[in-house]
Amino acid sequence: MLQRARVMTSELLNRMSGVDMSALLRSWTLTVFGIIAFVLLWELGASRIDTALGKFPGPQQVWSQTQSLYDDHVREQERRQDFYERQDQRNAERLAANPDAEVQFRDYTGRPTFLDQVKTSLITVAFGFTLAMLVAIPLGIVCGLSNTMYSVVNPVVQVFKPVSPLAWLPLVTMVVSALYVTESPLVSKAFLTSAITVALCCLWPTVINTTVGVASVDKDLVNVSRVIQLPALQHVRKIVLPSAIPMIFTGMRLSLATGWMVLIAAEMLAQSPGLGKFIWDEFQNGSSDSLGRIMVAVLAIGLIGFLLDKLMLLLQRRMSWDKSTVLR
Amino acid sequence: MRSYLELSNVSIEFTTKSSTFRALDKVNLHVSKGEFISLIGHSGCGKSTVLNIVAGLYQATEGGVILEGKEINAPGPDRAVVFQNHALLPWLTVYQNVELAVAQVFKGKRSPAEIRDWILHNLDLVHMTHALDKYPHEISGGMKQRVGIARGLAMEPKVLLMDEPFGALDALTRAHLQDEVMRIHASLNNTVIMITHDVDEAVLLSDKIVMMTVGPNARIGNILDVKLPRPRDRLAMANDTQYNHYRQEVLKFLYGGHNQQELAA
Ligand SMILES: Nc1ncnc2c1ncn2[C@@H]1O[C@H](COP(=O)(O)OP(=O)(O)OP(=O)(O)O)[C@@H](O)[C@H]1O
Ligand SMILES: [Mg+2]
Repeated sequence: MLQRARVMTSELLNRMSGVDMSALLRSWTLTVFGIIAFVLLWELGASRIDTALGKFPGPQQVWSQTQSLYDDHVREQERRQDFYERQDQRNAERLAANPDAEVQFRDYTGRPTFLDQVKTSLITVAFGFTLAMLVAIPLGIVCGLSNTMYSVVNPVVQVFKPVSPLAWLPLVTMVVSALYVTESPLVSKAFLTSAITVALCCLWPTVINTTVGVASVDKDLVNVSRVIQLPALQHVRKIVLPSAIPMIFTGMRLSLATGWMVLIAAEMLAQSPGLGKFIWDEFQNGSSDSLGRIMVAVLAIGLIGFLLDKLMLLLQRRMSWDKSTVLR
Repeated sequence: MRSYLELSNVSIEFTTKSSTFRALDKVNLHVSKGEFISLIGHSGCGKSTVLNIVAGLYQATEGGVILEGKEINAPGPDRAVVFQNHALLPWLTVYQNVELAVAQVFKGKRSPAEIRDWILHNLDLVHMTHALDKYPHEISGGMKQRVGIARGLAMEPKVLLMDEPFGALDALTRAHLQDEVMRIHASLNNTVIMITHDVDEAVLLSDKIVMMTVGPNARIGNILDVKLPRPRDRLAMANDTQYNHYRQEVLKFLYGGHNQQELAA
């Protein structure tokens, strides 16, 4: 039985593979080749550039910095754990001595590590992006459906689309500090400022692409909907959204990429926690390790951006009705 | 006596950037209940425009359409349309495509079980029950067109409007579907307006052939009553003198001097 199953699997693999396997192998080989070539060029180039802070970081230095940043993170976490354990212990002792004693719980206030900064950046971009999408997709649908709304909104979109995040930042900072006044803030002002700046910049690609997608729904399908007299909401849900999904996702992917780029700049300028601040701090720090650490951040930013895009692609595959299209 | 469906002095103008284009000029047509009408004419003369006005998808600039004594000014399921390119929703299965229309049209009037039976019944009419769960891209062009027809029929329209329903199909499939449409029409006796480019199709299927002059300012040039007994058999028709006479009449209208005279006038 087992024997037969094994034979069948291998046969199946053989049949499936044929062209596919060799093509896959080829593309992998090319990928690996590309990476090796890049690393070599980097090494060659880096060793020739001298800066005030030493040589431009090469692959080896970046690798050792990656390790040291990771070790920092582990050490910091241990310290944090120790801190809480000691605090718990202290409190327990006090309660044992006197059950009515007032015990204190303090938060650990260590320096955020590289990984903490990555986490902060990811949460910020997720929040800003979600905020933007909640506005952009409905707005795009309305603009795509109604020419009047399009004429109203389009000029605004066209004007604000090319605005750099850095121009928004001072305004957003002032508005947030003016309006966001609560006793116990749920999130920090810096977080809100960065997230809103991200949202303002990643609104536009989704608005534009959703509008185009909705406006270019096949006329015949729209006529079908009119003949059977689908109510407006049903029309959007059953006809408009499914046909506009690919364009909406194109917009969302552009938005997320923009948002991620904008976030780093915003964090740098606003000194709000995140990868951008990490880079800025290292730059100000100016030790011999700084350039290497910044390079680690650069690579991390790139890799995360790439993974975010892949994530959206995965989501698009799950949402799209047309599984046959090749998504890139 | 008022006729079932009546187009009176229907004219339509399309406004383009620079000018207005009068596509139809005073089209008059009377259709009785249960009649099968073909609209034939050269490409671009305005056949689809007539159909779209009856469907309510276009608004006539002058004149109007009256169906069972009521003026038409919006689209509705009582005038179902079968589109040239099937117009099935690609993200719904065959069953769901028909269901979308049926569920909407009979919402609150029929129970879910009745709706389900009715969908299956109509898909059975066009012999498509074997592919209920297939998506449009998984079935052939002829099958898609059948589903489109089933969707139209399932709305129980007063008038079924078909815009070149077989235009995109090969000759064999087309002949097959023509036979099915004839069979369905014989059993349900619905009122049909069909656009066609095919003279044989027009003569074989219709009670009346409405021939349109070339645009702009297209009008109805002539109406031919086809008094061939039903059921009609395409093989027997090939040698039928009556049939060939009708065929000649249509050809004469389309390719004879008629259209040119109309243009000069
Ligand atoms: N929405 C529109 N806007 C402007 N002009 C239009 C519009 N619809 C149709 N026309 C014009 O009206 C005329 C008739 O078009 P219509 O589509 O009714 O022709 P048709 O007889 O159906 O042609 P075909 O046999 O090629 O389908 C054409 O000249 C066309 O350019
Ligand atoms: Mg047409």
